[in-house]
Amino acid sequence: MSSQAVAAEKSAAEELLRVEGLSREFPLTSGLLEQLRFEGGKLVRRQESVRAVNGVDLQVRRGEALCVVGESGCGKSTLARVVMGLIRPTAGSVRFEGTRIDNLSAEKLLPFRRKMQMIFQNPYASLNPRMTVKQTLEEPVRFHSPGIGRAALGDKVNDVMRSVGVDPGWNERFPHEFSGGQRQRISIARALMTDPEFIVADEPISALDVSIQAQVLNLLMEAQEQRGLTYLFITHDLSVVEHFGTRVAVMYLGALCELAITGQLFSRPRHPYTQALLSAIPRLDQERPSHMKLMGEVPTPINLPSGCFFHPRCVHAQDRCRHELPKLFDSGDGTLVACHAVQEGRLD
Amino acid sequence: MALLEVKNLEVKFPLRQGELTALRDVSFSLDRGERLGIVGESGAGKSVAAFAILNLVSRPGYISGGKILFEGRDLAGLSRSELRTIRGNRINMIFQDPMMTLNPVLTIGTQMIECLRAHRRITPAAARQLAIEKLRAVSIPSPEARIDQYPHELSGGMRQRVVIAIALLTDPSVIIADEPTTALDVTIQAEIMELLLELCEHNNVALILITHDLGVVSQVTQRAIVMYAGRIVEEGATRRIIDSARHPYTQGLINALPERTRPGQRLNQIPGVMPSLMDIPQGCAFHPRCQLRIDACQQQLPAYSGSEHARVACLRVDEQERAQ
Ligand SMILES: Nc1ncnc2c1ncn2[C@@H]1O[C@H](COP(=O)(O)OP(=O)(O)OP(=O)(O)O)[C@@H](O)[C@H]1O
Ligand SMILES: Nc1ncnc2c1ncn2[C@@H]1O[C@H](COP(=O)(O)OP(=O)(O)OP(=O)(O)O)[C@@H](O)[C@H]1O
Ligand code: SF4
Ligand SMILES: [Mg+2]
Ligand SMILES: [Mg+2]
Repeated sequence: MSSQAVAAEKSAAEELLRVEGLSREFPLTSGLLEQLRFEGGKLVRRQESVRAVNGVDLQVRRGEALCVVGESGCGKSTLARVVMGLIRPTAGSVRFEGTRIDNLSAEKLLPFRRKMQMIFQNPYASLNPRMTVKQTLEEPVRFHSPGIGRAALGDKVNDVMRSVGVDPGWNERFPHEFSGGQRQRISIARALMTDPEFIVADEPISALDVSIQAQVLNLLMEAQEQRGLTYLFITHDLSVVEHFGTRVAVMYLGALCELAITGQLFSRPRHPYTQALLSAIPRLDQERPSHMKLMGEVPTPINLPSGCFFHPRCVHAQDRCRHELPKLFDSGDGTLVACHAVQEGRLD
Repeated sequence: MALLEVKNLEVKFPLRQGELTALRDVSFSLDRGERLGIVGESGAGKSVAAFAILNLVSRPGYISGGKILFEGRDLAGLSRSELRTIRGNRINMIFQDPMMTLNPVLTIGTQMIECLRAHRRITPAAARQLAIEKLRAVSIPSPEARIDQYPHELSGGMRQRVVIAIALLTDPSVIIADEPTTALDVTIQAEIMELLLELCEHNNVALILITHDLGVVSQVTQRAIVMYAGRIVEEGATRRIIDSARHPYTQGLINALPERTRPGQRLNQIPGVMPSLMDIPQGCAFHPRCQLRIDACQQQLPAYSGSEHARVACLRVDEQERAQ
């Protein structure tokens, strides 16, 4: 059994985070006149909105790295921000260790904020340029544990800096004095300062060079092992997912198409979109591009297609697909798929 | 005679903080219809090399040495108008951001027709017809209608298709594509890459493809150049480089990819970072990060060994290869 399968098995029992029926819309701001429509002989007011996340159900199990993949605009970052409580969902709920957190006041959310930390794609934007590394790292601890002593805090900063591979002797430096990879190490250090249990990482290595990506990914894996961390890891890089993920959730237009143990997803993708996505990864052993072609282009999340969101691009689409939204179901081996063709046995 | 020959190219940027050497002793050649990949990390000098070929190094940078020969003619010796018959006509460029090429206030058609009429004697009606044909060749659906749209009315993937159509408009012999799909989603990237490859093959256009994605290099190019800190460290047949890289940096780069390690295991990371080009280490620029470094690597700039199209700049390459 691969180490991923072992991790999947171990963590199967314990759920850390549960997301149910989660949706998030963003109203499109427009003038009143543009919102008026004639419908059925009557003048009605229609507020259009971007439907970024649409009815997502998922659980994150303790100790795993659940990867969320999908193409630009499919709602990955919105999902991450709702989970972190940075924005509220329009529908559905988020529970952390059984407690519903999506509707808490800022004050009630505070104890959860310490346990849940976020790392962003852009370490340039997410670090305050006017704060030294030391100040950056001390801030979250001071905030969550105001009683902590000076010496204890200093020791903690040094420990965490060493654990992410940045020389503690550099703690008086400012972010601009570091390379992109080092800055991302510092962002990770900041997230680790409050001893979190759960880290949401939104494209944490996408802005980095290949050789530096490997360094940062190794660091994230080390932190996971040493601290028993759980990750919700968002990325569009499928080769990273294959390597890093315990399980993978594939998103398309704000909804989940498939959720599976990593090895299974890559060896036997079930949903037509997952199949196309995996076939498009450029591999070192390929001498020509070879990928499944999709029809058309990704529609905007403003006018979502009826039925299965993927049907206008799907070669397996039939009438039912155009009318009925497929729900995630267990396809037998634990892989969850939302596709009528798979369910009807039309597609293996 | 090679179609394009770059000889001992050197590019410098005199900056307030000091002089930055963006390219050092860069030489390579390209044959008709050939596809060459240039790979390397951010800041290695790939884009500067592409711009230098077209004599378009951005200020305050300048070409401080070397030559660029296109069909045997030295581009440095050409007048402005002679250069115009080559740049944007015989050698075209595709950038990561399609809006570097497209003008947001003009329709696709207007831009394509202007571009054609700048280089050919052709009536507007015939130019429009040709433009529609090229749009069809890059699989733009209903090109007769799309041609009258503005760039903002198209998706990112479609805009890059239009840019490819424009690059092909003048039947160039070379296309230089600088990270043409980096900003696009993986399914769209796959489509655009396949399209670019097929069009180059079909029209016998030579391609210089700049990318940091070794998978893409493997799929599209026949030969590849690896750059590190402004210098070529290795050149060879793409397949050979990927299957058995010779330079420790190339080896490190390929071995660092997730697909080279079993899932869940630690990746093979290269320690450290690429140096600033303002402050390139003496000797082999890679030595501070190299596992095979010996004392000589800190002083002696490694010369190229091997043949023109299969060369490597590493002091220890012979030893390494004898040991195998
Ligand atoms: N604050 C906002 N206001 C309006 N629309 C938004 C807002 N945030 C996100 N959106 C829209 O919601 C959709 C999903 O965006 P999101 O950033 O979650 O996608 P993503 O999957 O993270 O994409 P990427 O891979 O490009 O980061 C997009 O259409 C986006 O334009
Ligand atoms: N206009 C400029 N002024 C100053 N320095 C420059 C300028 N253009 C490029 N450089 C420097 O030249 C070096 C090479 O840059 P170049 O853009 O060629 O890198 P690259 O290999 O294309 O990287 P990337 O993968 O990030 O595109 C860099 O160190 C960069 O800082
Ligand atoms: S439900 Fe239908 S349209 Fe959607 S992916 Fe499956 S077959 Fe295709
Ligand atoms: Mg995002
Ligand atoms: Mg570049």
